[in-house]
Amino acid sequence: MQGASIRAANLACRRGDRLLFRRLSLELAAGDVLHVKGANGIGKSSLMRILAGLLPAYAGEVTRSGDLALMDERPGLDLDQPLGKALGFWQSVDGCTNAAHALEVLDLEPLLDVPVRYLSTGQRKRAAMASILNRGANIWLLDEPLSGLDTAAQAKFAALIQLHIGGGGICILASHQPVEIAGLKTLVLEDFAPKDAPEDAT
Amino acid sequence: MTLTLLKRDLSRFFPFAGSGGAALPLLFFLSVAMLYPFAVGPKPELLAQTGGGVIWIAALLAAILPLERLVASDMELGVFDQLKLRGVTEEAVMAVRMVAHWISFGPMLIVASFPAAALLNLDGPTLEILLLGLLAGTPGLAAAGLMIAALTASLRGGAALSGLLLIPLCLPILIFGAGSLARGETASLGFVAAISLLLVAITPFAAGAAIKAAREG
Repeated sequence: MQGASIRAANLACRRGDRLLFRRLSLELAAGDVLHVKGANGIGKSSLMRILAGLLPAYAGEVTRSGDLALMDERPGLDLDQPLGKALGFWQSVDGCTNAAHALEVLDLEPLLDVPVRYLSTGQRKRAAMASILNRGANIWLLDEPLSGLDTAAQAKFAALIQLHIGGGGICILASHQPVEIAGLKTLVLEDFAPKDAPEDAT
Repeated sequence: MTLTLLKRDLSRFFPFAGSGGAALPLLFFLSVAMLYPFAVGPKPELLAQTGGGVIWIAALLAAILPLERLVASDMELGVFDQLKLRGVTEEAVMAVRMVAHWISFGPMLIVASFPAAALLNLDGPTLEILLLGLLAGTPGLAAAGLMIAALTASLRGGAALSGLLLIPLCLPILIFGAGSLARGETASLGFVAAISLLLVAITPFAAGAAIKAAREG
């Protein structure tokens, strides 16, 4: 995991005819963890999708070295499939051989036969996290990873993130909840929201 | 990677593979063949003359039925996003899905044509042309269906729209396919195959572009 980095220069994001943020730059190296804060609708999810390369930035550019994994509210698990099979698909896509570890850590073993449709929000979050662990990517983008989780699972997620950055990974998490991780940097998205006319974009 | 995707797609679309809705096109196809003689009367000459065309129409409509499940649900679940993050292009995903879609209804329809032909009193040579025509035409129907499904996946009420949009795209296949039955020759099946080939060639790119556009919209 050496040498992972992600860098964004002068990003701006526009959705429809509304400018969400502009002049946003960030630079993270191995071992960094960044907490993106902001009110609902300020553009946290859009920022994550731009960093992941799923959404084109209105201005600016993103460069990175290392694999990237994104966890958002849609982890791509088939609703009709039992959890074990739904996760199994992504394991074989990722070529993951050590899936049992993530299942054990996240306490998912009793749920493997339950169709994803019947899982609660927190259980789905844990399943999505298992998928992230199995992926083995350097850079984690976690969009609202803590919402819907009980306190035990929240602590577990924080520990997993700590472990990940300790091993030279990078983690960016967007959340409006407080997060307790050592060495946490913070980015408040409101600081980059346009205050003047939208013409002030770039 | 291709095999993994194909396996997942087939487990979702192949009739009798799991979720019940996948066998619907086949049942629909057979019920049209079964009901037609009741509707127009059991005159053998009439059935033999029009039966082939009815089978073609039933095949086209049967191809419309699974469209709704083809792309929209995966888009909602974020499957395409997650695959993209793993470096799998939309075009590859759509190419695999096109193959899976064809496998899960094309061969079935061809097999179901035997009982349908018996119900509609088609003779041997007509059945032969019909089978060749379906073999050449169903890949085109599958491709056009997937293209439309991808284009309408992000729209509200896309399912209703996709049926309407598919019909004009499939008209050439229907005209040449059913036309060869009326004339009793196989030459125009070449056209069916050519149209199918064209649709199969452009669909992964058109459908892939539609998914990208929906993601960035």
